[in-house]
Amino acid sequence: MKILVFVKQVPDTDDVKLDPKTGNIMREGVASKLNPLDANAVEAAIQLKEKYGATVCAISMGPPQAEEVLKKALALGCDEAYLLSDRAFGGADTLATSYTLAMAAKKIGGYDLLLFGRHAVDGDTAQTGPATAAQLGIPQITLASSIDVQDGYVICDRVLEDSVQKVRAKLPALVTVTAEINQPRYPKPINIMKALKKPRFVWNAEDLGADKTRTGIPGSPSSTKEVLEPPKRNADTKYFSGSGEEIAAQIADMLHDEHLI
Amino acid sequence: MAKSDYKGIWVFAEQQNGKLNGTVLELLAKSQELKEHTGEEISAVLLGKNVSHLADTLFAYGADKVILVENGALENYSARPYEAALTQVAEKYKPSIILYGATSLGRDLAPRLMVSLNTGLTADAIDLGFDKDEVFYQTTPAYGGSILAHIVILEARPQMATVRPMMFEPIEPRVGAKGEIITETVTVEADPDYEVLETAPKQDTGDSIEGAQVVVAGGRGIKEESDLTALKELAELLGGKLAASRPLVDNGWLPHEKQIGQSGAAIKPKYIFNIAISGSVQYQVGMQNSGCIISINHTKGAPIFDISHYGAVADYRSVVPALVEEIKRRKA
Repeated sequence: MKILVFVKQVPDTDDVKLDPKTGNIMREGVASKLNPLDANAVEAAIQLKEKYGATVCAISMGPPQAEEVLKKALALGCDEAYLLSDRAFGGADTLATSYTLAMAAKKIGGYDLLLFGRHAVDGDTAQTGPATAAQLGIPQITLASSIDVQDGYVICDRVLEDSVQKVRAKLPALVTVTAEINQPRYPKPINIMKALKKPRFVWNAEDLGADKTRTGIPGSPSSTKEVLEPPKRNADTKYFSGSGEEIAAQIADMLHDEHLI
Repeated sequence: MAKSDYKGIWVFAEQQNGKLNGTVLELLAKSQELKEHTGEEISAVLLGKNVSHLADTLFAYGADKVILVENGALENYSARPYEAALTQVAEKYKPSIILYGATSLGRDLAPRLMVSLNTGLTADAIDLGFDKDEVFYQTTPAYGGSILAHIVILEARPQMATVRPMMFEPIEPRVGAKGEIITETVTVEADPDYEVLETAPKQDTGDSIEGAQVVVAGGRGIKEESDLTALKELAELLGGKLAASRPLVDNGWLPHEKQIGQSGAAIKPKYIFNIAISGSVQYQVGMQNSGCIISINHTKGAPIFDISHYGAVADYRSVVPALVEEIKRRKA
């Protein structure tokens, strides 16, 4: 079985600075990390590998420094890493990103299962997974809270607004996972060392045979036109002050007046 | 095809088991405002089997037309048949806008339409409108919620967005309103490679934050998982539930069903305590309609205080355990 797991490097903070001129996110000087839900996707891939045997390829689109999250994926047990890096990929919306990721999947070839985190904590669109499935014309299971593979099918539980489903999709298929699916492991120091010897590839647009009108900014129908401050609402806040006990007593008085206690 | 050839505002009329999703009426309501601006008709696009009885509801809540696509392959939702059917009618009628509820179904389907129609799709918009340049925009919180972004789809058509539930009030139903039902036939087959094996109602753990009268929510400033015990105790003393903003769910301290905000639940309890929550826009959209908002945060300028009725600039560790003791003492 060949599993492709897609990972994204995201800022390690919500306190991101914007370039005042372009409105774009300023990545310089901001620490970054593996998108938390992608860690769940990697863990799911490794568990399937441990159970049934598999080759697990980790794929990330991003600037050269995004290789850090791929190194982590390798240290966690992935077998190969692919960094999709090209200036022509920059500024991509989810349509252009899904096109680029699908081109990489096609070039790697022979895949059975594609795994994504449900969403990335920076963009939070949850669109790239299903869009990549559409690019490849394969079925998808979104919001998976469990995963297993049996007889050429991937079987997952899905937790929806007011129901839970058990669904199956014939391989090859794409699955997006939620945080409930597993508890990601930590890489062992010895595996961090070993990871450096595993195969790592860097592919640009030409390597992928990608049409540059479909990647990056030219391939992105949507864009940010304006950024603005959220409207301030003045709630006329009444403040409690003093020591912890004094504040607690004032809150308790308020709750008493409201007949809550 | 020039973009001016695309006309009409479409609302995807999400239904399951013959029941419309609540977002459909919300989107029809917002579409009235868009229609006032563009003069374009509002069509509800209804896919399923034996669902024509829903048309009257769609007309009553603001649809001018209903495009009805019935087919056995569409009886239960499945991504690829729905993608195929909706793509065929969208390519035929060329609407300028398609709106979907940002539900689990809408967010499963809409990205596939983005690819099949080769257009833009804004995720989980909290508002829609036309700006000073007459450009249709979708508002989303960005970069941790400290700012709002206007996303636009300048050239590609249709302009598509999933829209967060509970952002708009449905209109007063127009009793007896009628419109045109356009029945469309599509070529679509059931997906042999995707099957729902079981569906069960969600187990009610009795711990749901939706519908709770009192909610005590912890956020990024909570230093240790064990500190949540005091928050939970406070919630229980007040007959309420423990909840969280996203960081505590991302780091695995609480399950996703406890999450308030843009990618979690939208709630309106009578009382909400925000403990060590700064109050990003994403968080606020999930709780801003609460009856009484009480916030404890050690940062004086935290945005949460802007929407709070009561506030305390303090370390929650000095306040919450003391409050638990104080309430116990008064109850004794």
